[in-house]
Amino acid sequence: MTVQSAGEAPPLPQAQRLVAILSDHRVLVSIAALALLPWLLPSKALAVNVLIYGVVVMGYNLLFGYTGLLSFGHAAFFGTGAYLTGIVIGRWGLPWFAAVPLAIAASTVLAAVIGTISTRTRGIYFSMVTLALAQLVYYVALQASSFTGGENGLRGFTVDHINLFGVQINFLDPLNKYYVLMSLAALAIWVQSRILNSPFGAVIEAIRENEQRARACGYDVERCKLIVFMLSGAISAVGGCMSALHLSIVPLDILHYQTSGMIVMMVLLGGARSFFGPFIGAATFLILEDVVSVWTPHWQIVVGAIFVVFVLFLPKGIWGTFLDALPAARERR
Amino acid sequence: MDLSLIIMQLFSGIALGAVLVITALGLTIVFGMLGVVNFAHGALFMIGAYAGLYLASLTGSFWWGLLLAPVLVGAFGMLIEFVLVRRLYGRSIDDPLLLTFGLSYILVEGVRIVFGSDGIPFPTPSQLIGVVDLGVGFFPKYRLFVIALVAVVLLALWLMLEKTRIGLIVRAGARDPQIMRVLGVDIGKVWLAIFGLGVGLAALGGVLAGPMRSVNPEMGTLVLAEAFVVTVIGGLGSIVGAVVAGLMVGICISMVALFAPEMATIVMFALMAAVLLVRPQGLFGLKGRA
Repeated sequence: MTVQSAGEAPPLPQAQRLVAILSDHRVLVSIAALALLPWLLPSKALAVNVLIYGVVVMGYNLLFGYTGLLSFGHAAFFGTGAYLTGIVIGRWGLPWFAAVPLAIAASTVLAAVIGTISTRTRGIYFSMVTLALAQLVYYVALQASSFTGGENGLRGFTVDHINLFGVQINFLDPLNKYYVLMSLAALAIWVQSRILNSPFGAVIEAIRENEQRARACGYDVERCKLIVFMLSGAISAVGGCMSALHLSIVPLDILHYQTSGMIVMMVLLGGARSFFGPFIGAATFLILEDVVSVWTPHWQIVVGAIFVVFVLFLPKGIWGTFLDALPAARERR
Repeated sequence: MDLSLIIMQLFSGIALGAVLVITALGLTIVFGMLGVVNFAHGALFMIGAYAGLYLASLTGSFWWGLLLAPVLVGAFGMLIEFVLVRRLYGRSIDDPLLLTFGLSYILVEGVRIVFGSDGIPFPTPSQLIGVVDLGVGFFPKYRLFVIALVAVVLLALWLMLEKTRIGLIVRAGARDPQIMRVLGVDIGKVWLAIFGLGVGLAALGGVLAGPMRSVNPEMGTLVLAEAFVVTVIGGLGSIVGAVVAGLMVGICISMVALFAPEMATIVMFALMAAVLLVRPQGLFGLKGRA
């Protein structure tokens, strides 16, 4: 006799079971996938870029995908994280493990300032104000050239080996470097998952769905927006730290509005509102750039066109569209 | 410091502000009527400058470029509305913004393919080379012309919106498109025309700015940020706001350039932050919009 005990879930079709496993173990799955990345992609350089941008876009997705705030100025936090890592290592002579927390803390303070001004506004206004304030950060970095190297970017700091609790790791070896940077990414992924699983994570999604109702439920919407803005800036700054450690230079372009735009494109290509979307988006964008730039220097026109097609026909991105194809998976993202 | 120098700098600020006003006006009209923020506005400004340059060299006269570029680029804008933006009405408010953002990539790269990545000099028309004696000092003729032309365009726009039947339909359509539809107005056509008008104003701004700035594919980026700052300060959707804020920002930039040149690009953002802290909806914005 086959009697199913009460409370036991009926067996799921295979595809849905896969999605259930992915979403229940999203931190482990993400880390495992990233660990395999250098072996799956054609070059280690591409893998490390997917890693870095994946973290930046993930932090951005906390704000855009989960809270529904379309910022156009996230390059400010990505760039500040990178610049401060470089400045602390190069100018102050401190080791990398002191530079990273300092850079993240400073970026969070910057996010608090920009967030205070921009979250006073709503809707499209918010996008315009974040873009304008990020441009302000760009021009400050351009003008304060004695600190930032101005147009030439920040140079003169090198990370060739890393002291990891007494173990010397050769940073010139791409694989060693990849896995050290991946440990930072893993930390960011875990933090992001914890935020989303917390009651606060539910509140920001409530704000996205209906701001007025969230307010009526008694949540301090303005304060939640500011906090999520700061958390999002801090996680994106982790990507900035990784970028500075990876390149040993910080180009001024990292603060440019095009970088903010790239972050927005990546999240939309992969699929906002989902945990894996940002990594899939970053990988798609960077692989696309890699492939298209082989046969035309004008790869941006192709990427722009693909982006327009996504906005028109696949607004949920690659991962979001995939999840929608599995009806029972919809609630489990 | 010399008083006449300050007055001359004030005039420069007004000329700079006049271009900002025209550009921001295009952005704000489209938002006010359609609820769409056109992220490709800066790129279309840039295309306006290139179109003006190209048409001027084709016809041998700056004036043809000035006249035709806004019309042709405006028509191109209508094509964009008809083919792309129109599909997104009624969807999330972010979608048209994202669409036009992607479009700006295509437009900028398209111009790079046709005209190359390097800047091109935009010669001042021969009739407007030189300076005028204003009594307190000498001022470039071209900048005086920009101020006068923008004043005329503003007056024409104001008359059209306030005194004509078309303006009445447009204003009513912004308030309540549903009622206009019930009254038998084809609001789709109105939106098409408004989008074209907004893009045409961006192109006009581009042609006017040509002889004052360098013409290159990236010129739209700074302009987009400037136009955003102006519309945010003035209040999104407010025409009076765009005019006041545009002049304010222009004068502010050129005054600061006189005393602390390295702060000139930064000051407008500081101004915007200050205004937002006091009035999140902008100087002339409506409360519900912000």
